[in-house]
Amino acid sequence: MSATMMPPPGASLISRWVVALFGTWLDRAITLACVVLLIWIVPGFIDWAFVDAIWSVDEAAQCKPGRGACWAVVDARHRLIFFGLYPYDEHWRSALACLTVVLITIVSCLPSAWTPKRLSALWIVGVAVFYVLMRGGVFGLVEVTTDRWGGLALTLFIFSAVVLLGFPLAIALALARRSELPVIRRMAAFFIDLTRSFPLLAILFAAAVILPFALPGWLQGDKLYRVIVAFAFFFACYQAEIIRGGMQSIPAGQEEAAKSLGLKYFQRIILIVLPQAFRNSLPSTINQVVITFKETSVVVIIGFFEVMASGNAAFGSGEWTHAYVEVYVFVALIYFVFVFSLSRYGAFLERRMRVGLD
Amino acid sequence: MLTVLRDAKARNNAIQASALAVVVVVVVSLVVTTHNNLAAQGITSGFGFLQRTTGWDIPFSLLDYSIRDQYWRVLLIGFLNTLYIGLFSLVLATVFGALIGVARISRNPLLRIIGTIYVEIFRNIPLILQAFFWYAIAIHLPPPRRAYEFGESVYLSSRGVFIPSLNVPTWSIALIAVLAVAIVATSLVLRSRRRAAGVLVGGALAPWSIAAMIAFVAALVVLVVREPNSPLLVVPVLKGLRFDGGLRMIPEFSALAASIIVFGSAYIGEIVRGGFNSVNRGQLECARALGLKPWVVMRHIHLPLAMRAIVPPLGNMYVWLMKATTLGIAIGFSDLFMIVSTSINQSGQTIELLLLMMAGFFVINYSISSLMNMLNRAIALKGYESDAKVSGAEI
Repeated sequence: MSATMMPPPGASLISRWVVALFGTWLDRAITLACVVLLIWIVPGFIDWAFVDAIWSVDEAAQCKPGRGACWAVVDARHRLIFFGLYPYDEHWRSALACLTVVLITIVSCLPSAWTPKRLSALWIVGVAVFYVLMRGGVFGLVEVTTDRWGGLALTLFIFSAVVLLGFPLAIALALARRSELPVIRRMAAFFIDLTRSFPLLAILFAAAVILPFALPGWLQGDKLYRVIVAFAFFFACYQAEIIRGGMQSIPAGQEEAAKSLGLKYFQRIILIVLPQAFRNSLPSTINQVVITFKETSVVVIIGFFEVMASGNAAFGSGEWTHAYVEVYVFVALIYFVFVFSLSRYGAFLERRMRVGLD
Repeated sequence: MLTVLRDAKARNNAIQASALAVVVVVVVSLVVTTHNNLAAQGITSGFGFLQRTTGWDIPFSLLDYSIRDQYWRVLLIGFLNTLYIGLFSLVLATVFGALIGVARISRNPLLRIIGTIYVEIFRNIPLILQAFFWYAIAIHLPPPRRAYEFGESVYLSSRGVFIPSLNVPTWSIALIAVLAVAIVATSLVLRSRRRAAGVLVGGALAPWSIAAMIAFVAALVVLVVREPNSPLLVVPVLKGLRFDGGLRMIPEFSALAASIIVFGSAYIGEIVRGGFNSVNRGQLECARALGLKPWVVMRHIHLPLAMRAIVPPLGNMYVWLMKATTLGIAIGFSDLFMIVSTSINQSGQTIELLLLMMAGFFVINYSISSLMNMLNRAIALKGYESDAKVSGAEI
């Protein structure tokens, strides 16, 4: 029996940093360059964003180009940015609806929610609550048609509806692409590859502007729903490839074993294949969801008043035309909060799932 | 037993036939409805409209263009514009991305932190927001008289960004680009052939000799086509209220290019970092234990191994960024998509124009993915060819 030998004590963090920062002449030069860069940017930025900034509407008259940030524009126009053209008295509904989407997203990040039943129930109920809150017309809520939805609520609605519709579709497409029937397999492959070779914008544009020519009147529906369905198809084509990748990493023996036990096709898929495929593809799935959230901003081009467009409107008129940087920074911050936390969560999951695999 | 098998087969055939029938019916009814609706508006299908004159102007064009020009010409211009801004942004995004990636794996903690902040900020903000932001900045720059000046040769003004340019016709730049791509592609093919034959890489196919070859060809073309008796490099000069000479990048172009470069370089930085991190540490430690200098370890062990993990996702990123040039429509840059959508508005030839746009993106993306797949095969270890492929234009 050999005594366990501990590795020799390593250098302390501070001395490692000192060596890395100043060890050789090259290190010193790089450190100096970094310090110069930081001195050049950071104090100026802090002065602009905090020290010289104007925070409230009352002092807005002091806002001048070339001085500090004019955050007063956010103070004055935050309702427009968050809620768009939604009726002013009903803004609480829009806020509550946003909160619902944030909540279901947080809950579906918890491992205890990760069963197909719970996840689908959560999202179907959540989106239903969102829809009732926003649309109204029942429970004594004033009806607000979708053309008056806007701001963050619209962004979140498009996002959650796309994910909700896109997921079952992605599973169907992934299964079709793996099908043993050659015609089904080829058609699914062709559809997926065709969609993926298009820019998202072109597909949304086609759904908004061109589809009315191609569909009979009773099928056209609202422009918002056409765009959401097209976006969901686009999401599904990317997500299908991710799920297919997850399925491919399951050893073939498992499906064969299930077959020899006499399980039917759907039993095999639901009990054996999909749970493992989801687990395998979780990091890429979160990545795809993050990308989808960012890409909802593209709908501004086809004339929706989501948070990007309401940002453009916030400085587009009247006394705030000079405050474009402040508004863009604020809107960027909104996106950043959502996207950054989701992607951090994805990175955490990836580490967590690697445990036992290394 | 046999009847069961036949039943299953028959069932499978029935499923496939009905699925095919449904798809055919849906597609045919879509096309017929569109055709009828367009015919009701007096629009005849077919590509005859390409010969008609457009009657509308576009803000940016590489070729001469007037509103009396025909549709095929405006579509060609859109295609060239997409290619132009796409290649311009991809090259710079790759350069900056490589720097960011190297900064992120540097042993200097300060440099690492700066790289991380850059990546986390610009990767997590939608590209279109960045395009809007740079566009707002670009049109609020001071007028030419008070333009920001760098070394009396580069000017930033509200009329655009002005940089020195070579005094050669535009087509010769395109010619050089085509020749460079041809040289790289040939060398990649030769390289993977020699690899397959078991010959180690080197000599005339080393990266530096390929670069020298491209530089030689470029110099030759420039020397042949340059205007005699005029300076080779034209520097922009302020004349009255505008700049004369040099290359003018209009605000729409600079804003879209800036957003794609910044956003793309953050992503490419992560791809580069991931590639370097994916190299087995044992191999690097082994090389150092053999007494190889850090530069030699980097050049002959770390970089070649990292390249194998970098090329497939990098190719996908290129395809993605090429498709992202369609955001030009948001700020008024006349890329292929903007020109196609304007043409649809003006001429109503919906289906034909969509097909043409598809063809345009297919040509661009297919070229990128084939080139990157060629590169991937050329650098693959013999016997370890990965099945990682560049996709995005599979059809």
